[in-house]
Amino acid sequence: MKKLLSCLMICILITTMFAACSSSNTDEIKIGINYELSGENATYGQGSVEGIELAIEEINAAGGINGKIIIPVKYDNQSTPSEATILANKLVSQDKVLAILGPATTGCFTSEIPVANKNKVPIATGSATGDNVTFAADGSVHEYVFRICFFDSFQGQVMANFAAENLSAKNAAIIMDSSSDYGKGLAENFVKTFTESGGNIVAQEAYVAGDTDFNAILTKIKALNSDVIYIPGYYNEAGLIIKQARNLGLNQPILGADGFDSPTLVDLAGASALNDVYFTNHYSSLDEDPMVLEFIKTFEARYGKKPDAFNALGYDLARFVADAIGRAEKLTGEAVKDALEATENFAGVTGTLSVDENHNPVKSIVVIGLKDGKQYSSVKIDP
Amino acid sequence: MEQFLQQLINGISLGSIYALIALGYTMVYGVIKLINFAHGDVYMLGAYIGYFCITNLNLGFFPSLLISMLVCALLGATIEKIAYKPLRNASRIAVLITAIGVSLFLEYGTMFFVKPDPRSYPPLTGFMAKTFRVGNLLITSQQILIIIITVVLMIALQLIVKRTRIGKAMRAVSLDGDAAQLMGISVDRTISFTFILGSALAGAAGILVGIYYNSINPLMGTMPGLKAFVAAVFGGIGIIPGAMIGGYFIGLVEVMVSGYGNSMYRDAVVFAILIIILIVKPSGLLGKETREKV
Repeated sequence: MKKLLSCLMICILITTMFAACSSSNTDEIKIGINYELSGENATYGQGSVEGIELAIEEINAAGGINGKIIIPVKYDNQSTPSEATILANKLVSQDKVLAILGPATTGCFTSEIPVANKNKVPIATGSATGDNVTFAADGSVHEYVFRICFFDSFQGQVMANFAAENLSAKNAAIIMDSSSDYGKGLAENFVKTFTESGGNIVAQEAYVAGDTDFNAILTKIKALNSDVIYIPGYYNEAGLIIKQARNLGLNQPILGADGFDSPTLVDLAGASALNDVYFTNHYSSLDEDPMVLEFIKTFEARYGKKPDAFNALGYDLARFVADAIGRAEKLTGEAVKDALEATENFAGVTGTLSVDENHNPVKSIVVIGLKDGKQYSSVKIDP
Repeated sequence: MEQFLQQLINGISLGSIYALIALGYTMVYGVIKLINFAHGDVYMLGAYIGYFCITNLNLGFFPSLLISMLVCALLGATIEKIAYKPLRNASRIAVLITAIGVSLFLEYGTMFFVKPDPRSYPPLTGFMAKTFRVGNLLITSQQILIIIITVVLMIALQLIVKRTRIGKAMRAVSLDGDAAQLMGISVDRTISFTFILGSALAGAAGILVGIYYNSINPLMGTMPGLKAFVAAVFGGIGIIPGAMIGGYFIGLVEVMVSGYGNSMYRDAVVFAILIIILIVKPSGLLGKETREKV
């Protein structure tokens, strides 16, 4: 009797399992969201997810992708690469998603790549700007890996040219985050371009994530008379560096990259310190393109604040992937990958982009100037 | 020369913080021979309590400093009562491991309640936001505040230890706990009091760092805690003036390495000092050679 009962139970379990599978396949598309919702890079993750959720809501309200509703499955990787890998595996094997969006930072995103390639699930990021994210060290492209942001060598290059031409700087000091590939990659490319255009690097100092005291480095730099200070790093430390630099009377322009784009930067540095600060970014809310204006309007209505670059990138990312899913022949990872590869002139709020043979986008870059902590000027530079 | 003086100001400000934390390490070690690894986290809690007072209760800096020191003192006593007192007769390694456990508990417990993201102290106003210029030297009012408060607290501590009955009891317990008990000194009360003093100082350091650097997070205590430990060992662990000297020394070394050497090697140099001290003179700068009794 007991045996019969357990047999029956197993039968019931199996049938319900199949039932669950088949129901999720008919009119829904599951997309994984693996982002830094807490931890040191939380601002990037949360910002991206706000944009993604807005885009998904819009797409679903308009009838979904070819009539199928997008179901987002959202997890928090706590800004750690190991957690990002665990969650990617979970999304692929347990939730059976069609594609994964995120994570936002290079370190976390790269740790997800093996999972994507092994399981043939496309992954795409809006903001992992590391140089060799989409291709392996030997130059071969990671088949299932895509991104819609420019990469660090381009960012470093543009900032070096901007410093040399627009700010007519001759001597630059660098304070880089030596604990991240992001900081090191940016610094390397800035130095290369800046020295090629005839400039001098008078100091190259380093810090590690979590440092709070930069007075010693800054006092040293003060004695060296640099025209600009380049800080390739994230907002947590950059905010403190800018505050301490201005306190020590270093009033030259301070340059940075997209890691500066966070409201926390203003909290840490204080608005009065954020004058003559320039950083390369994906998007500026000062843009007057009608599509951007429309995005800013709907975003403000939904969240009650102006969108920043990560909001915009998240929004574009979700639409970029949804666009490919709509064009895919079948709803399989492989077909979506092919569709993503074939993307051309996709119009996003961060610019029009096409996917090149290395799975990188071809798109423009913006240099934003801050005045009293607010975005004041923006210069668009094409590749 | 000018640059050197500026670096000196930077180093003394940083060193003051290390010295305040190192005092707590050294006093606790002096009394119960325990390296209290949770001490750096009491400092972190001090920063959060200060943050809470300033932003949520809209208190000024000095009331917040007092509250922060008081709450940290209570916390120190509680930690001692709950975690270390039951282990009074256990082996030293058991207590040490408990200390690491308490440290992790405080870090991740705080992270659970306040979220792991860094928070920034509100912008300073009035006197606190001023920068003074002496020739070409710049000194901010926060640096002056840190230096003055540290000196005042150190003098107060010296007075408590040297001039009061409880201070006498502390010195007696640190010399020989059993003998002190035979003389009618309550060892438990003395130990509690030591934790109270040390934690109050750490709380003060926490809020000072909050206004100085403007950024606090639940793991902020780890690195300064370790460096203050190096400072305490450098000065001779268990010796109060040693911790003060050690704190300033480590602060200055860090700043000078960044300022005149390579900022990449800053932390490496500090920990290399720890290794060298442990090899060359384990009893520290002010420590006396003691023979291990067999």
